Amino acid sequence: MLLKGKVWKYGENINTDVILPGRWCHLYLEEDLAKHCLEDLDPDFVKKASPGDIIVAGKNFGCGSSREIAPLAIKAAKVSCVIAPSFARIFYRNAINLGFPIFESDECYQKAETGDILEVDIATGVIANLTKNQKYSSTPFPEFMRMIIQKGGLKGYVLERMKNKT
Amino acid sequence: MGMTITEKILASHCGKSKVTPGEIINAKVDLAMANELSAQLAIKEFDDWGMSKIFDSNKVALIPDHFTPNKDITSANIAKKVREFAWKHNIKFYIEQGRAGIEHAVMAERGMILPGEVLIGGDSHSTTCGAMGCFAAGVGSSDIAYAWAVGEIWLKVPSSMKIILKGKLKNWVSGKDIILHIIKEISVDGATYMAMEFTGSGVSQLNMADRFTMSNMSTEAGAKNGIFSVDDETLQYVRNTERYKLEKPEFKIYESDFDAKYEIEKEYDMSVIEPQVACPFSPGNVKPLSDVEKLPIDAVIIGTCTNGWIEDMRRAAAIFKGRKVHPKVRVIVIPGSTLIQKQAIQEGLAEIFIESGCVFSTSTCGPCIGGHMGVLAEKERCVSTTNRNFVGRMGHPSSEVYLANPAVAAASAILGRIASPEEL
Repeated sequence: MLLKGKVWKYGENINTDVILPGRWCHLYLEEDLAKHCLEDLDPDFVKKASPGDIIVAGKNFGCGSSREIAPLAIKAAKVSCVIAPSFARIFYRNAINLGFPIFESDECYQKAETGDILEVDIATGVIANLTKNQKYSSTPFPEFMRMIIQKGGLKGYVLERMKNKT
Repeated sequence: MGMTITEKILASHCGKSKVTPGEIINAKVDLAMANELSAQLAIKEFDDWGMSKIFDSNKVALIPDHFTPNKDITSANIAKKVREFAWKHNIKFYIEQGRAGIEHAVMAERGMILPGEVLIGGDSHSTTCGAMGCFAAGVGSSDIAYAWAVGEIWLKVPSSMKIILKGKLKNWVSGKDIILHIIKEISVDGATYMAMEFTGSGVSQLNMADRFTMSNMSTEAGAKNGIFSVDDETLQYVRNTERYKLEKPEFKIYESDFDAKYEIEKEYDMSVIEPQVACPFSPGNVKPLSDVEKLPIDAVIIGTCTNGWIEDMRRAAAIFKGRKVHPKVRVIVIPGSTLIQKQAIQEGLAEIFIESGCVFSTSTCGPCIGGHMGVLAEKERCVSTTNRNFVGRMGHPSSEVYLANPAVAAASAILGRIASPEEL
């Protein structure tokens, strides 16, 4: 499966408070969360982004709070994936558990710019920059995490486990 | 090759004699905790997945603390949803507002979690209880729902960072300053995916409050857990908890082997560390207090899950005693729990705070997340003993938060600017 979209590029250590501020932490439904995605980082993000667009950011993306509504807000805003050199650990596991694609690639962060069109192959993790005619690699997921992502997140995994138990 | 304390606890919870960093395991959970916000999404997921039964209602804690006492109808509805879920599933550790407090303080002081156990919490500061010699990590709501369903958590066994502490603490220096100094040194992603293990001859000088503060903020360096070994101080704390007294539960004490493998080893001489301040807008933007500009301030927050322990209340009260808060400053003191609040009243600390001109509040996460009970206005500046100072964290995106220890926060409240207790 290919994910194709325009790049919105941000810096390092983007924390969950600017992705989904505390004042919106009472929300949990996707349609409500989508309206506030990246609100304290880039207040116009929701207006200017189109479905399928891709967030490219610096290291330690998603640091801070454990709020799962941060990756959920990004997913709900129809962003197709996030690419960063590294992710904070709770954001990382929340994204996997939600079945939301994230890719670790320092090369992409170094070379891609806002407005570039990327095409990401979920299976291989290869990121093609169609604007610059470049290809970047990303770190492959461990087998267990790839399995959860393939099942669409923790939901698919847990349903299978419960079925096997009975 | 030996194992670290973290590896031993995780091995014992997945039925293995040995685990190695990088390995993915399904660990049995001794306590799955959520606050009302992480619980709200976890309940939705639990229901969406078609789950009907909690694996063990004695191993679940639901502690409403973020928007409680409820600030509006929306937050009241969330708390209601969580309360009804807790009653329906007969959750052992559901504790109501007015009897509980902030989740991490409540779990510790009630002995809901014990040394050698595995705690996962739907809150990033769930690392706090690692100070008691258990594995304690923050996770998201899906993980909590998963643990409710099957009693397990998938984990990548973390590699370990050994933090060796030596030397005596200087005057006015506490665990907060040590952990801020460490975060500055290793940076806000210096321990990402790793276990931070605090050890060395200096640990014996750190009281439980100091240790809880350090484990609490290990997550600000990206750590999965922040753990201390069990010593007499820990045992005394555990034996004083309500649950220990009532149930006398058994627990196991683990220690790292002498030949355990560490990815990184760092040594700190605490005797050369002065009070530290994390300047806006990162917990890693840390400077020694003497290098920080003495800017005027509008607000001070003392307490919460980072520095709301009884020792912290005493440290702040020692500064406020016989002094008045600066006329242009508002101070809110928030003990970590109802039990700490009660003790602060019994010790006469509450009266000192109120006489000095502080709000002495019930326990809540409120102002730390810019939720309620002291939200910052446009361009306001606050000295806070909390753990994060990101853009907009405690209110308006243009407001500024300086993170410091309780004595520095109290001294700043008196002088109306960022200040050292030495100046009083």
